[in-house]
Amino acid sequence: MSSAATQKRGFGAMLWDYLTTVDHKKIGILYLIGGGFFFLLGGLEAMIIRIQLLVPENDFISAGLYNEMITMHGTTMIFLAAMPLLLGLMNVIMPLQIGARDVAFPFLNSLGFWLFFLGGILLNCSWFLGGAPDAGWTSYAPLSVQSPGHGVDFYVMGLQLSGAGTLIGGINFLVTIVTMRAPGMTYMRMPLFTWTTFITSILILFAFPALTVGLFLLMFDRMMGAAFFDVALGGNAIIWQHLFWIFGHPEVYILILPAFGVFSEILPTFSKKRLFGYTAMVFATILIAFLGFMVWAHHMFTVGLGPVANAIFAIATMAIAIPTGIKIFNWLATMWGGSIRINSAMLWALAFVPTFTIGGMTGVMLASTVADYQYHDTYFVVAHFHYVIVGGVVFGILAALHYWWPKIFGRILNEAMGKIAFWLFFIGFHLTFFVQHFLGLMGMPRRYWVFLEGQGLDTGNLVSSIGAFLMGIGGLIFLINIIYSSVKGEKASADPWDGRTLEWATASPPVHYNFKQLPLVRGLDPLWIEKMEGKGKITPAEPLDEIHMPNGSILPLIMTIGFFIASFGFIYQTDHKAWLIAIYVGMAIALGAMLTRSLKDDHGYHISKEELEREAE
Amino acid sequence: MSHDHSLNPETMPQEPEKATHEGKNKFLGLWFFLGGETVLFASLFGTYLALRNSTADGPSSQDLFGLELVFIMTILLLTSSLTSVYAMYHMKNNDFAKMQLWLGVTALLGVGFLAFEIYEFAHYITDYGFTFRSSAFGSAFYTLVGFHGGHVAFGLSWIIVLMARNAKRGLNLYNAPKFYSFSLYWHFIDVVWVFIFTVVYLMGMVS
Repeated sequence: MSSAATQKRGFGAMLWDYLTTVDHKKIGILYLIGGGFFFLLGGLEAMIIRIQLLVPENDFISAGLYNEMITMHGTTMIFLAAMPLLLGLMNVIMPLQIGARDVAFPFLNSLGFWLFFLGGILLNCSWFLGGAPDAGWTSYAPLSVQSPGHGVDFYVMGLQLSGAGTLIGGINFLVTIVTMRAPGMTYMRMPLFTWTTFITSILILFAFPALTVGLFLLMFDRMMGAAFFDVALGGNAIIWQHLFWIFGHPEVYILILPAFGVFSEILPTFSKKRLFGYTAMVFATILIAFLGFMVWAHHMFTVGLGPVANAIFAIATMAIAIPTGIKIFNWLATMWGGSIRINSAMLWALAFVPTFTIGGMTGVMLASTVADYQYHDTYFVVAHFHYVIVGGVVFGILAALHYWWPKIFGRILNEAMGKIAFWLFFIGFHLTFFVQHFLGLMGMPRRYWVFLEGQGLDTGNLVSSIGAFLMGIGGLIFLINIIYSSVKGEKASADPWDGRTLEWATASPPVHYNFKQLPLVRGLDPLWIEKMEGKGKITPAEPLDEIHMPNGSILPLIMTIGFFIASFGFIYQTDHKAWLIAIYVGMAIALGAMLTRSLKDDHGYHISKEELEREAE
Repeated sequence: MSHDHSLNPETMPQEPEKATHEGKNKFLGLWFFLGGETVLFASLFGTYLALRNSTADGPSSQDLFGLELVFIMTILLLTSSLTSVYAMYHMKNNDFAKMQLWLGVTALLGVGFLAFEIYEFAHYITDYGFTFRSSAFGSAFYTLVGFHGGHVAFGLSWIIVLMARNAKRGLNLYNAPKFYSFSLYWHFIDVVWVFIFTVVYLMGMVS
């Protein structure tokens, strides 16, 4: 095995390998590490928020710092934790599921990761350079334009970088799924996780450019004296809200659809049944994505767009409940009569169904325009989106990590610790957020630094904070589980869960070229078909022949460092024109790296047939 | 190595840009990218439409725009799109010299367009005091038209680098998709200009 050779190399060689890698599995692991790191940061920020709200009129942190905390918690969790963790899972699993050896653009895949990671680092540099952004994760103008200091500038440049990375990743996945499916893998034979990756990528492609433009406008206003949001010069602050939510609403489906895909893999596997209503699941996914683009103004019901606009957006929003309902019933029907095995991955999936349904119900409540005037900007909204994003996305990520950990890292996560972490996190989650519905209905506004004593908000906030601690402990136990399992965990076989899809037909972890011979796909759940027909092994679609692989490259990292330097230039040139040098130097590095990439031919390399024959299974 | 991608009339496939797996990926990836670019420009157009009358007592579109200049720019850019079609025609016939020639013409027309645009901006700034900062209309105008101009400039650097890099080695299956991707991108830039011509200049003259 080649892994023996891998272990002998020094730390420096391994570091260089990861800095230059274009292997989708390694890039996926980098995404998981990066996303995990930012998840911890975001979690820490959440704990600080809940400590501040533990008792009435608390002064654990100052009002200004509190604003920075809520802004960074939201921004970090959405852009730097949830999305990268999902992109990491997609990166590792999707090519395996469609029987491909890599993604369509391995170089761009690496560039996408580095842009995300350095964008996140840039954003967090603000903590040490005069204060983090404090205009909320939605960064509404004119507050975001007026916000003093450089905090919001870091928000703009950090999100611009990481957003570009996400867009690149989305295009890459789209092309991969269209052109690189194994022989016989028709669209309607693709596993649901691949389907949701595909649809999510379409959402990324059409949603992120709106954010790009919004961020450019904010950047021009803050750093170059433009007047987009400056009412005195004819500007209009509502433009930001439109652009932000034209991106922002599809964004929540970018987050939740892959999680839906994860559950659609886990529930059939551990129920020993094929997914109920596969076709309906695919079309429900497409329908959610489609409707997801026409509901953005439901975030703006109280702006004053008028009754007609509000009514249209309200109805479109409620319509999303239908495809989502289809999915919920299909998951239930998948389990119905199955031979259910409950382990950590399955626990997260089971907990997801009722939790997400509650979040969906409050979503329909919020979609009602008239009622929304009451809920708007209260803790009811906070409770709602944590039910769908934690109860849907985070549960989905944790389920996926338990499920695919053996495939990605070759070891099985400890079950006992997995279950303890689950119960603490699950109970803690409902303690934290269920009560927030009622705090909101009682009138507690979101984003407020303190609340007053004797208004009936004390107990609810105390309960909520206690729940947050339980979630924190649950998260820590999951972290300990990762460390413990990577040292002492049980070695995983190729197919530890008796799986149904192609990724379980590769070794755990897979060899760097994934498949020695591309697999022949004969139907939905290809591995299961072969198992049922007694072979248990995938039929190859081609004779053993040499394999073409891409070369690694340091250029994506250099390119990103260039943009990183230029970002500092853009941020600080308002203070002193000497910072323009940083822009020129940074852009020269980035464009120079692009030029190098363009001028230098890169044909990749071939693994010879003899070499493949030598490598025993 | 037996992986020689160079072409001769016998091995010439019908569509050299899509003959290799990498070529097919590039072709499709660029189409998707243009889909994202469409949303980018749509957002900029939306912003412009919302702000085009917000002149803050500064010059308005009627004061500024002159159709003669914009007409010349439109002709230059539309013609450059046509010449890039000629270049792709010669690529498919494996006539590298003629492809380079027409790409060169395309680049020249692009440079001409860009020069006129720079002249236009300079004219507005010096003669009318109409700048990026003078009103929300100014910000929206320079951002929308400037983003387009930036795309033209990027496309020009792209094609010049491609032409220079491949000048001596001719056409092969490795670089054919690159030339083809450029031509697709160039058409897109052209289409965006048609909308700018209509929405910014024509509508700005009549309203």
